[in-house]
Amino acid sequence: MNFDFSDEQKQMRDEARKFLAEQCPPKAVREVLDGKAPYDRSLWKGLAEMGFLGVAIPEQFGGAGAGHLELCVIAEEMGRALAPVPFSSTVYLAAEAILIAGSDAQKQKWLPKIASGDAIGTLALFEGKGNPSPKAINVTANGGVLNGIKKPVADGAIADFAVVAARTGTGGRESDVSLFIVDLKAGGVEVKPLTNIDLTRGQAEITFKDAKAEPLGAAGEGWSVITQVLDRAAVLMAFEQVGGADRALEMGRDYALDRIAFGRPIGSFQAVKHMLADMYVSATLARSNCYYGAWALSTNAGELPEAAAAARISATQAFQHCAKNNIQVHGGMGFTWEFDCHMYYRRANAVAVGLGSLSYWEDALIDRMRKKNAA
Amino acid sequence: MNFDDTPQEAEFRAIARKWVAVNAPKEFEAELSKSSLGRIKLAKHDMVEVGKAWQKKKAEGGWACLHWPKEYGGRGATPIERVIWQQEEGVYGKLTQPFQIGEGMCGPTVMAWGSEDAKRRYLPKLAAGEEIWCQLFSEPSAGSDVAGLRTRAEKQGDNWVVNGQKIWTSGAHYSDYGLLIARTDPNVPKHKGLTMFFLDMKSPGVEVRPIKQANGMQEFNEVYFTDVVIPDSQRLGAVGEGWSVSLTTLMNERMSIGSRLATGVPEMFEFCSNLMLEDGLAIDDPAVRSKLASWAVKSSGLKYTSYRAISALSKGERPGPENSIGKLVSGMMLQDIATYAMDLQGASGALTGESEELVHGQFQQMLLSSPSMRIAGGTDEILRNIIAERVLGLPGDIRVDKDVPYNKIPTKGR
Repeated sequence: MNFDFSDEQKQMRDEARKFLAEQCPPKAVREVLDGKAPYDRSLWKGLAEMGFLGVAIPEQFGGAGAGHLELCVIAEEMGRALAPVPFSSTVYLAAEAILIAGSDAQKQKWLPKIASGDAIGTLALFEGKGNPSPKAINVTANGGVLNGIKKPVADGAIADFAVVAARTGTGGRESDVSLFIVDLKAGGVEVKPLTNIDLTRGQAEITFKDAKAEPLGAAGEGWSVITQVLDRAAVLMAFEQVGGADRALEMGRDYALDRIAFGRPIGSFQAVKHMLADMYVSATLARSNCYYGAWALSTNAGELPEAAAAARISATQAFQHCAKNNIQVHGGMGFTWEFDCHMYYRRANAVAVGLGSLSYWEDALIDRMRKKNAA
Repeated sequence: MNFDDTPQEAEFRAIARKWVAVNAPKEFEAELSKSSLGRIKLAKHDMVEVGKAWQKKKAEGGWACLHWPKEYGGRGATPIERVIWQQEEGVYGKLTQPFQIGEGMCGPTVMAWGSEDAKRRYLPKLAAGEEIWCQLFSEPSAGSDVAGLRTRAEKQGDNWVVNGQKIWTSGAHYSDYGLLIARTDPNVPKHKGLTMFFLDMKSPGVEVRPIKQANGMQEFNEVYFTDVVIPDSQRLGAVGEGWSVSLTTLMNERMSIGSRLATGVPEMFEFCSNLMLEDGLAIDDPAVRSKLASWAVKSSGLKYTSYRAISALSKGERPGPENSIGKLVSGMMLQDIATYAMDLQGASGALTGESEELVHGQFQQMLLSSPSMRIAGGTDEILRNIIAERVLGLPGDIRVDKDVPYNKIPTKGR
């Protein structure tokens, strides 16, 4: 059994960590946090130059053609560094949707631009409150144009294009949903930034008024593609979450070693030690579930739906748990703007609902486990 | 990343599988498969006798304690081969329960600290299940703080004379030998006055009494020592070095206990899939689903954590500290699952017994037994300390009795 990343993959993780430590220190994250820039443009360019944006995009479409295990290790580092760039929207969602459902021409058009950092993409799925469901899709597609409102759309205000889920039938069934690619810089598209708890990543409302749209994949198969994209993105996002959880745990551990109270390091009090031990447990369980998700993703295994849901649930819980208790370990200092704890807390709780919330994935996991048990 | 054996591992697995297919006591397969959550019942046979027969057969075939050196009854197998063997032994591994303390704790301690004569005399018989060993560490006043133990051993000529009491001794009533830690000097701080011995459990003055546990069962014993004589040749390590010796044992305890843990998740999933509530099946209820999903990912997280450890073994590396989380996670989970299953059963949840409706009382049993999972082999609190100190590098506890002579340490809280 070799249930681990290869030496080459680990080397790539080290490279990504080193690169992000230099190019994306907390100071850089704070530029976006404080509203001085919508995202870190130079980091985005650097990620392209490192080949990280196209790591899982085949060479024929301008990528490195490495694979999804490589993308997983980079995702972990992106989460660890709280990288304030549209990586997940562009790479996990838009690129994956085009890889799964795109025509050769669409792949030729968009994937090289994604890999080179020249196009930011996103997935426009949600329309207000609630979790992913074909019943919730009310944006209409008729005669090659879209009408309706999508929100929230992650990185919508900075994206060049979006993969949009729209209604092509009226029954609210899975087969009534189709996917489209929309150039967000073209006419008929209005983009309004929305404020959100994670100030290092943007959200937007996008209004389509007879916006020109190009079908992505066959009509009526949109929901099936969405499901696949969400599963794949769930694994990748789970790696980001595990990266964030690990960093939050480290921050808490380091503070507990340094901070003296009652004449001793606070890390010598069992109340604090045990809190940190429990954080380690959550982060470890999540990492192991993520490894299984990575295996399923990289081999396109039949186990992917179940593995993705497990990785997503476990990583969501771990990141929330570690980010929350990291603040608690820091005490009052953890509640200051100056300390970085709140940045992890914000990210943990924003990404927890971003791809379908915890309850959505819990539901999905149980359905998928039942299906497997019945088979 | 893959789940495949290396060619050498595959070859080893094929040999092990073939041997099990030919030699395993298949007449017990069904009963062993059915027994879950560590409860093994054989309707018409004595577990220890059946276990001894299987262990003997394994020893003859070179499959007992296979990671031990050949001269001490093992096969000289690598750690990954041991894991493969356990996978192939499958349900028959449950029969090794009476020998696990010996294989996992007493044997390694004798191997590390015993004389060459002692190793050749005792280890092969231990491996073959001919002689069963138990571990005599915990006392009524010394559990997590085992170094605070009171049992005394006093030197008289070439012998030691032991008086005191041990508790929570699994299998003492059918054991031939015991690994005993006792206080040989009460005038020095507690960790410095301990010495390790092994003794014949049939020695005069050894009295084994079963303990009636909180769950009503009797799986453990108290062992009383009244002027029990142990020859100095049965001392392991130097006088006063018992604490260092015990660390060998305890490290192995956590490794071996962590290897086959029940979580209760498969039982709970099946229960919820079949339980009809007012509005339909329990598993269709969002609240039930949420809890089940959280437990399921803990359980899968543990499974894949152990896969990561196996992968490290396969590459010849030492597994990381990740494995220390197993008992901590599964112990709490068993208790939570039992409580919730009974909640779903409503007022009937309080009933015990073998009724079909209450799935043969398995969750009631789980409820009553689960507190021990959170205590035995390191309490939840000790495990969290270990993770915090050894994995995260946090400071050790401040030990107020560290430099105090043992006989000056307070013995009562108020």
